[in-house]
Amino acid sequence: MPRPRRGRRGRSTTAALTACSALVAGAALTGCGAGRDPGVFTVLNSSTDASYHGWDAATLKRCSAELGLTIEQQSVPAAQVMQKSLRMASSKSLPDVIQFDASEMPTFAEAGGLVDLRSLDLSTKDIPKGIVDFGSYKGTYYGAARTVNTLALFYNKDILKKAGLDVPTTWDEMRQSAKKLTRGSQYGIALSAGGAEDGVFQFAPFMWSNGGDETDLAGPKVAGALDYWKGLIKDRSLSRSTVNWTQADVNDQFMAGNAAMMINGPWQVETLNTKKNLHWGIAQIPVPNTGDASVGPLGGAVLTVPKTEDTGRQKTAAKIIRCMSSEREQITYARNSWMVPANEKAAATWRKEVPELDALADQVATARSRTAKVGARWSSVSLALQSAFQSALTGQSSEAALKKAQSRATSGN
Amino acid sequence: MSTTTATAPAVQRTAVQKRTDPARARRRRRLGQWGFIAPAVVFMLLFFGYPLVRNVVMSFQDFSPSTFFDGKSPFNGADNWSKVFHDDLFGKALWHTIVFTIGSLIGQFGIGLALAAFFTKRFPLNGFLRSLILLPWLVPMVVSGIVWRRILDQDTGVLNSFAEVIGLGGHTPWLTSPGMALFSVIMVNIWIGIPFNMVILYGGLQEIPKELYEASSLDGASAWRTFRSITLPLLKPVITVVLVLGFMSTVKILDLILALTDGGPADSTQTLGTLTYQNSFVQLDFGAGAVVGNVLILISAVFAVFYLRANRSEGK
Repeated sequence: MPRPRRGRRGRSTTAALTACSALVAGAALTGCGAGRDPGVFTVLNSSTDASYHGWDAATLKRCSAELGLTIEQQSVPAAQVMQKSLRMASSKSLPDVIQFDASEMPTFAEAGGLVDLRSLDLSTKDIPKGIVDFGSYKGTYYGAARTVNTLALFYNKDILKKAGLDVPTTWDEMRQSAKKLTRGSQYGIALSAGGAEDGVFQFAPFMWSNGGDETDLAGPKVAGALDYWKGLIKDRSLSRSTVNWTQADVNDQFMAGNAAMMINGPWQVETLNTKKNLHWGIAQIPVPNTGDASVGPLGGAVLTVPKTEDTGRQKTAAKIIRCMSSEREQITYARNSWMVPANEKAAATWRKEVPELDALADQVATARSRTAKVGARWSSVSLALQSAFQSALTGQSSEAALKKAQSRATSGN
Repeated sequence: MSTTTATAPAVQRTAVQKRTDPARARRRRRLGQWGFIAPAVVFMLLFFGYPLVRNVVMSFQDFSPSTFFDGKSPFNGADNWSKVFHDDLFGKALWHTIVFTIGSLIGQFGIGLALAAFFTKRFPLNGFLRSLILLPWLVPMVVSGIVWRRILDQDTGVLNSFAEVIGLGGHTPWLTSPGMALFSVIMVNIWIGIPFNMVILYGGLQEIPKELYEASSLDGASAWRTFRSITLPLLKPVITVVLVLGFMSTVKILDLILALTDGGPADSTQTLGTLTYQNSFVQLDFGAGAVVGNVLILISAVFAVFYLRANRSEGK
């Protein structure tokens, strides 16, 4: 084993390994500056569910043909749309259209990531003011909704009929009916007070119909709404498990016959209809006193154009949105998803087709957007509120819990 | 230069070469050694060093969604830190993390060791039962979480129905009472962690020479004495590994809690992991998320130092 040979081998391996390391480092550091294909446009959405993905694919196929483009659909889980979009923004690879949940849109708009749709000649003609506001942030219209949804009271027709009860319209009626309908393993009502956006979405109609407001969580009206929920639990008409339920869990409970009524949204209808012997009805969410307006939360997604360098592509993106939110596409989408078309004319046509969802359409007409007042701060308010109603439902007093929530919501960013 | 070395026959040693070659060769050898280390160093710096430093820097920056657009993340001193430390949720989450980690480790290790000792005995179906116990390990964490959430449901869960049948109440609010939820989450995590502990400890027990046990039984040692004087000392390296790995995977828990309780009810199962997630990915306040992340790293680092010291004293 003479030294010179070892030395030689050492050097050549050194060279090879150094080159290799440099290559690895180089590959990792090279940015991802992929060029855009001029004829191909992308829409980022959260339609990971097979049926939604299929409906959107069909819509995009029709729009591709109409506009003479290739439109590709990219779907990521709903919770990841924001993170994915932010990452794409920093690597300058934003898609042409992003479908955001309307409660997230203000965050992206606040960061300066969206283009004013009116500046791209998208009109808001025939769209009710509430829905324009729903897609707006600080007065600028950033998001076009295809369909919107809200919450309503779903009830099991057979159970109510057997008990000889009418569909409740006020809080008192609902509490009484729920109490009467609770027997054995069956609860009177199911709703979600889960520790995520689901729970806050469900609390909103109670808070708002009672005159409460997300800007003042410590106010007596919010506490009143929370006390109403506490009352339902105290009566044992509402399961204590409610704090651990998502809206999908609530639907499962209702379908399994464990609840006579539930608060839920139209996106559950497809699942509800899979159980043929379940006869369900739908009504507006009861209000504190007869004559009060039932104010539900507006839910749904909006189509937005993210700010890219290429204004030419932005114009085409607006055309894609115009096609996707055209009356024809809105009605098709509404028929599939059981949600309410955003456009007034489309909504009127749709109403005639599905008279059983009339109550839902009415509820949408008075519904309110969660972010209209607090904008991008909604996520802080929502987190504080979740913690508050969960504390209150598991023992704390509503006032104390909400007072803490208010200070948390305002001290946070 | 290279030609000389290349053409110089290996056996030929002139006086000149003898003087110059060792130094040069040593240099080359060192370079060669560095060449082998370089890829690992580059990898570590790129994938561990950079994110770590970045995370520390980020905790002193105002890093918000707009940063992704304009690339601006101005330094804001200790603002993020004071904000996180002033939030009562942080103290709660830290406490929950400690309780969760210690509780899980004691349970997983205790039951794992007992089962490992049990399976060293020969009995029918030993192999079959041992592989059956591995099941929780094979199930993805999120699936376990969702299944357990159903099992632990207060009204319709299997566990409460079973308790009712055997006359043990049946209305335990496993996941729905703030006083109970953390306990339930720990129980589920113990269930998940038993197979890992059992497999590694079982392997360690197999390594202990049988003669030692024979000798101790000849000396009339009691079972407890045998365990303390033979099993435990010889198993110590394995125990250290099990506990360190267990600690690392437990202290950062996130997925299980998200699937089981989402941190609720009323934040009673928030841990440092869920708090980081909530700050960074729900509130999109990446600076605050980085602060909690750093605390988590610090805890792991302190533990890692203890581990290294324990190992060093063992090596001596």
